[in-house]
Amino acid sequence: MILSLRKRAERAHRNDRVFLGIVYGSAGTFVLLILALLVQLILGSWQSIRTFGFAFLWTSQWNPVTSQFGALPLIFGTVVSSFIAILLAGIVGILAAAFLSDFAPREIARPLSFIIELLAAVPSVVYGLWGLFVLAPLMRVAIGPFLQHVLGWSPLFSGPIYGVGLLTAGIILALMILPTVTAISRDVIAAIPQDLREASMALGATKWETMRRVVLPAAKTGIFGALILALGRAVGETIAATMVIGNRPEIAASLFAPSYTLASVIANEFTEATTDVYLSALLELGLLLFIVSFIINALARLMMWTVFRGR
Amino acid sequence: MKAPLLRRGLVALLLAAFTAPALAATQLTGAGSTFDYPLFSKAFYAYNQQHSDLTVNFQPIGSGGGIEQFTQGTVDFGATDVPMNADELKRAAKPVIQVPVALGGEAITYNLPGVGSNLRFTRQLLADIFIGKVTNWNDKSIAKLNPKVKFPNLPIIVVHRSDGSGTTYIFTDFLSSVSSAWKSKVGTGKSVQWPAASSVGGKGNEGVAGQVRNSPGAIGYVELAYALENHMDMALLQNRAGKFLACTMDTVRAAAATKANVSATNFSIVDRAGANAYPIAGYSWVVIYKGTANKAHARQLHDILEWLVGPQGQSIAGSLKYVPLPGNVQATAKKALSEMVL
Amino acid sequence: MNVTTLAMPERTAPHKTSIHIRRLSSAFGVFITGLCASAAALAMLIILFYVAVQGSQALNVGFFTHLPRPVGIDGGGVANGIVGSAITVGIATLIATPVGVLIGIFLALFARGALAESVRFLADVLSGIPSIAIGLFAYALLVAPLHHFSAISAAFAFAVLMMPIIIRTSESAIASVPRTIREGALALGLSSYRATMHVIIPAARPAIITGVLLGIARITGETAPLLFTAFGSEFWELNPKNPMAELALQVFNYAISPYDSWHRQAWGGALILIVAVFALNLIARAILLPRRQR
Repeated sequence: MILSLRKRAERAHRNDRVFLGIVYGSAGTFVLLILALLVQLILGSWQSIRTFGFAFLWTSQWNPVTSQFGALPLIFGTVVSSFIAILLAGIVGILAAAFLSDFAPREIARPLSFIIELLAAVPSVVYGLWGLFVLAPLMRVAIGPFLQHVLGWSPLFSGPIYGVGLLTAGIILALMILPTVTAISRDVIAAIPQDLREASMALGATKWETMRRVVLPAAKTGIFGALILALGRAVGETIAATMVIGNRPEIAASLFAPSYTLASVIANEFTEATTDVYLSALLELGLLLFIVSFIINALARLMMWTVFRGR
Repeated sequence: MKAPLLRRGLVALLLAAFTAPALAATQLTGAGSTFDYPLFSKAFYAYNQQHSDLTVNFQPIGSGGGIEQFTQGTVDFGATDVPMNADELKRAAKPVIQVPVALGGEAITYNLPGVGSNLRFTRQLLADIFIGKVTNWNDKSIAKLNPKVKFPNLPIIVVHRSDGSGTTYIFTDFLSSVSSAWKSKVGTGKSVQWPAASSVGGKGNEGVAGQVRNSPGAIGYVELAYALENHMDMALLQNRAGKFLACTMDTVRAAAATKANVSATNFSIVDRAGANAYPIAGYSWVVIYKGTANKAHARQLHDILEWLVGPQGQSIAGSLKYVPLPGNVQATAKKALSEMVL
Repeated sequence: MNVTTLAMPERTAPHKTSIHIRRLSSAFGVFITGLCASAAALAMLIILFYVAVQGSQALNVGFFTHLPRPVGIDGGGVANGIVGSAITVGIATLIATPVGVLIGIFLALFARGALAESVRFLADVLSGIPSIAIGLFAYALLVAPLHHFSAISAAFAFAVLMMPIIIRTSESAIASVPRTIREGALALGLSSYRATMHVIIPAARPAIITGVLLGIARITGETAPLLFTAFGSEFWELNPKNPMAELALQVFNYAISPYDSWHRQAWGGALILIVAVFALNLIARAILLPRRQR
């Protein structure tokens, strides 16, 4: 059917409107979804919020028997273990991504990428069991004593080495988030236009200098996004962390000490909690995780904006 | 795409083939205790071999989850390690029957290089260790009970369950009964605040056992079935009668037999007075509604649960290293079931 | 995008980094990055090897084709879990991919400033919420009101978990398509809809697919959201409106049980999960990517 130019333009315009509607609609639905999640968390934690108030945040008790709940040591454990995880995974992941996208020949890069991405497919419980049966003993007999020998003067590496603890949990979490960091960073780096690299090398820079001073800075927004996604995963990880962190709700200086995370407590106690205030306290931990995630993201964005002036 | 109708017809046929057997039989759903899961899966499978018109889908989502889903009406029955208390019964709104269906004991396991199985502990010593009063293996109170053993200078690491569990409930119930200090400082619960300075939590029996195996100087508690299946070193615990007993099917059964009339309000069987009674044992329960709208379902549920607590069901329990219910408790369970409105 | 200027090595500078040192540093840099990539791959191989050793004993034909059997009875398998997981992950992908890509389009092409930043921010916050909380959300939305567990509620929870990854990666993929292509399409008179769907998306497709595959890998091993949504089943179930068996749940339940035979099955199931994601990656790339980019 031959449409007049005007009719075609009108149809295209209408299609566009529908299309834009769908696009904006999806974004809107998404925002509504998250708000619904937040509302549900708040409603569920209301009883706990009413009972404990703000003291929940700085109390160090977690006593289901007397129904005294306080989240401070859990916040500590979550923040420290996630920090270790993102530090390890960030460094290794970004460097690996640089190799996989630029330095390695395709025959090596493709299989290596596959293998690293597979890390994301390992079920949490398998990470937990592997950590408990392989990594924790290794930490206790080899890694821990070595670190204590070299760095034992610092309070971070003092104290008895149980095998499980903050450091072990941090390492397991790092392994879990490594594929996210690597795969996404690799794609981001690969997407940087080739002419930028060529210009740099034409000016006499070496491969490494090009990567360090031209490509990585150009990719920083995307890499930042990858790190944030990975950090989110580390903060919210439940089962693997709980099997290797020692599950002791206490704040200690040493990385070898057992600790506890917000998500682990929820995973451990939710299916067995039966009283209303107990369930409510656990849901308040979920709400706290939402808030912690919020704050970490806000801080990171603030940092990016001030350091890189919003670019 | 050739013959789309034929393709669709084939899919429909396959679907019918897959779903048809399920439609012919009744399927009951249950949810709750992870402790019960192996028993239920084997027992209900065996029952289905004899009664092919009934299948049961039981999922181990935890006792709390089981009670919640039972209360919400999404499942036909719940399974829980601690019976529903007054608050939970009030929330269920309809009258509930609670039936003891499984019995288990807890073994004390430890890791002392060079020292084998069968170390002796008194109840008070165990409480002192877990409350943090006794902190080293070379403590005199341990040596006094085990004169022939040479103990190293090794700090005691207390390993407990990090996840809420009936196992912890039974163990803390035991500690509360034998130590007033524990009762006032910590108490009884599926999750508690563990006071020992050097303590670590493991998730599940696997977590506790793995942690104990990994740490020289560790001591922990695990379910009997787990300890037996994994050939773990166990301690001898002195009971109220003064005998040092290992945790075995017989000693746990003896403990249960001392209390015939267990009920949802009086269910503790720790620290019993009986010559052969092992001090740390407890039941697991099934909760059902007294009356339901679906009479056919109620009848099927009644029959399968009666079979479960009877000799056939309990012999299956024994094969899986659960402790079979003593005869008097079987009778109590059957009586509770008879209260169902059919 | 800023253009970094490199200073020419000055002849009169007090220290001039010799070209040899710079080349050496470069080689060292390449070496270190290669080391990191190899270490990451090695870690995966170690874990895979461990799972394979533990799980290979459980793998036989019966494992793939039979329903679960109780302890002590031989021949049990995870067939219903494999099918159930495939159905649930499939539905989740079908929900999350279009929505996620559309939001990626929104962020990369149509939104500006504060609006875009807020949506991006919320997506990032979502990625930090534990999967059990999202499972509870799905329960409150789709299970409790209907008094009925279902695979669809599990798929919904999975879709929510996948979305931050798909949103982030599609936005990144679309934004990296050169502006010239978009402008060219519009200059040729294509409507926004056509320019986006028929020109930009195909150009961004490989990276979007990577994002979707990463999302699938993320949810395949998740157990916590399944407890209160799919519930699990010991029997065959193909109807997503009913409770359904899930391989990740079976792995979890078997792993924490006391019995060795079930432990072996847990590892076997874990091995299947990992290999399945691997196979999916291979197949998806083979089918969906043009020859050039494989």
